[in-house]
Amino acid sequence: MGFDVMDRREFIRSTAIFIAGASVPAAALEVMSAKELFAARPDIHWVFLVDTTKCVGCGFCVKACKLENGIPYDANVTRTWVERYVLTKDGKVRADTPKGARDGFITKQIDENAEGMKDIKDEDIDKAFFVPKLCNQCDNPPCVQVCPVGATYKTADGVVLVDRTWCIGCGYCIMGCPYGVRFFHPVEHVADKCTFCYHRITKGRKTACVEACPFGARDIGNIKDPNDPVAKVIMTQRVGVLKDEYGTKPQAFYIGLSKEVR
Amino acid sequence: MKNHVWRPLFVVLGVAALILAARMFYVPKDFGVHDQGYMYGFHRLGNEQDWKDQKPEYRFEPEYCSGCHPDKAEELSTSPHAIIPCEDCHGPAKGHPEDPPKLPIDRSREQCMRCHAYLPYAQSGRSNIRGIDPAEHNPGTECVICHDPHHSNAVETPHPQPPLP
Amino acid sequence: MPVHGEIWTVKELFVLPNEYIYWAIQIVMYPFMTGLVAGAFVLSSLYHVFGVKALKDIARFALVFSMSLLPVAMMPLQLHLMQPLRGIEVMMTPHFTSAIAAFGIVFMTYASIVASELWFVYREHFVTTARALSAKSDRSALDGMRLMLFRALTLGAYDVSEAALAKDHKAVTILAGIGIPVACFLHGYAGFIFGSVKANALWMTPLMPVIFIMSAIVSGIALCILVYITISVYRHRTAGGVSGGSRECSTAKEVLCVPGTMAAMDATRYLRIFMIFAITLELLDIIFRGYTAVKSWDILRQVIYGKDFYNIFIFQYGVGNLLPFILLMLPGLTVRRTVVAAVLVLFGVFMMRWNVVIGGQSFSLTFSGFMHYHMPVVPSDLETFREGLGGVMLVAVTPFVIFHFLNKVMPVFPAREGR
Repeated sequence: MGFDVMDRREFIRSTAIFIAGASVPAAALEVMSAKELFAARPDIHWVFLVDTTKCVGCGFCVKACKLENGIPYDANVTRTWVERYVLTKDGKVRADTPKGARDGFITKQIDENAEGMKDIKDEDIDKAFFVPKLCNQCDNPPCVQVCPVGATYKTADGVVLVDRTWCIGCGYCIMGCPYGVRFFHPVEHVADKCTFCYHRITKGRKTACVEACPFGARDIGNIKDPNDPVAKVIMTQRVGVLKDEYGTKPQAFYIGLSKEVR
Repeated sequence: MKNHVWRPLFVVLGVAALILAARMFYVPKDFGVHDQGYMYGFHRLGNEQDWKDQKPEYRFEPEYCSGCHPDKAEELSTSPHAIIPCEDCHGPAKGHPEDPPKLPIDRSREQCMRCHAYLPYAQSGRSNIRGIDPAEHNPGTECVICHDPHHSNAVETPHPQPPLP
Repeated sequence: MPVHGEIWTVKELFVLPNEYIYWAIQIVMYPFMTGLVAGAFVLSSLYHVFGVKALKDIARFALVFSMSLLPVAMMPLQLHLMQPLRGIEVMMTPHFTSAIAAFGIVFMTYASIVASELWFVYREHFVTTARALSAKSDRSALDGMRLMLFRALTLGAYDVSEAALAKDHKAVTILAGIGIPVACFLHGYAGFIFGSVKANALWMTPLMPVIFIMSAIVSGIALCILVYITISVYRHRTAGGVSGGSRECSTAKEVLCVPGTMAAMDATRYLRIFMIFAITLELLDIIFRGYTAVKSWDILRQVIYGKDFYNIFIFQYGVGNLLPFILLMLPGLTVRRTVVAAVLVLFGVFMMRWNVVIGGQSFSLTFSGFMHYHMPVVPSDLETFREGLGGVMLVAVTPFVIFHFLNKVMPVFPAREGR
């Protein structure tokens, strides 16, 4: 099964035609080139910018996201979260995100789950910082690739969405995401994820998390617009992305990433 | 094709035809390959509109609040808290003042601790915020008893401030 | 508000907020059952295609049993789905870049092949039964229904001449031949489902489909041996030992003279061969991971040699592979030893599935945290039944129930004397 992508695509194409016959419209098997994709919607491609140096770990973004998007407030899942990294003099990296930082970080203790709360002395700390996370709206979203029924997809303006009326709840997309941004919605019982607040950004507003952040640690913009402040930062400054080794082409860019960030 | 060996094949073809027929009724008309190609764009087009139609809870428009509460906006404008959107503490405005007529204000100590619990993290923005040790500084007391979050320096009473670390 | 997966997941150290063991026990059962289907079919094909005469008796049984297992291969998936009623969408809007979608098509193809092959094998039986029933003058209501069933099963092909049966025989050989790659495909895809998940450091290896195929054949053969011997001996005992050897056959050692057990014992040869393949590939995978030691190796090492040590090295490799292998290799193989070995092999393959599915989710995407799985035993609601011991038992028992009824239509064993 060591096909490369083209081989597999070819193989899938022939299998599909052979066995399924007319069950899939011929157009379904067309693979668009990147050029065609740009032509499809040349004016908008949403990207996210996180400035980790500005984040104070207040968690207002998480709270706002949950309330804005109807994710049950006390359920232990969330579309966005904030991680805390504390590096100590003994070379250890300790990190946590209690309740996804819905209530912020109000204690110095690190929540190590089953291992309990870990005390760290102030003087032992080498460096410590916060990293907000959300869906990267990858240009090559592995979650979409593995959906068996076409219930999740990428829009022309670059946002990955889930069709709640069509998702069968197999969980393959949750397994396929290297960033752990997907989960089962406790009420809808389908896969759920950050939508970049699609209902807001398509009406000229910013996402709830961006608006709720008092410190400007988060911003959303259109990479196709040269005058967009977010696009300018991404084009002209040093930014990183998470886990680029997976070839997912994440569209959330980070200022001030550190090697310890997972 | 008089030969009987083809009969199972006919049954299989019949089943396949049934599935294809069922497909015509079951699959919505706008389901198909859209902008991003088969790998990333195979979906029901109408779902994009479903998501666009989601109702926003938060307004996050400063003018929307200051329109009716100019005094509060004025009071807050000189405070470091001016950077905090009203709805972070007052909750999502939704259709306020019609629905809901009153917003639940989060006056809890935990709300203040989100920023003001002191954490010795020099590499984060947290280090720029005045903080207290929640275990030492009047534990169990609501901060708003002494501190007015709208006030210019958020200090109402002349308590000695804990020294900045 | 409980989140799916929260009930049976315990987090340790740094785990992302949305991470739970989403693929639980039913996803362990899913490749296990699929593997049994594929393995049973391969065993029957060894006779039909490669003409391994010694397997003649067990081949027919393996084919019918494969058919009984077939619907059950989908059951765990159905039980696992959050929206079980939408499962049909896999056939309605298949998204072929997903291994699961392709699985739907391959599964249907495979089902067609097995059903067709069974039809050719049993056509003569259908025809004779239908004729006998229609010739019967005093048909009861039950007989009437049976007549209708068997008439339908003949598909209108009543020609049982020498020439027609020869054609049937040829068709069986061809179908069994096509069936082998399709069976491997079927299970290869189950392996591909895991092996292609690049987000999971333990799953992602091109060896995964091959490993799955090998262990599938192993488990399928083991189950066929086990069930075949059990039924043969049971039939022999209840029949008072008349259909074959003599009364002495009731002692365990002499049970060899029971018709059928010899065929099952012969099948152990193929069991050993495929076990060697399976274990070699699995060890190669571990060695390769350790040698290349990429970023994920740190956490994988902790899982493989630490958290899951007992599950992997004691239960899977020790009890499930090495021990039965020794039992089968020692000279003077007895039926009892074969049965014990087959049970252990099945256990070993089940543990392999467990260690892949649960083990693959026992560490966090952060590579700095762990998740522990606690299978729900006593169900408290539908979810803990579906994704707990109850669901497992349901899946495990169903193939035998189906086999019981299939056996009435397509008898695997020769009719008892006096009937």
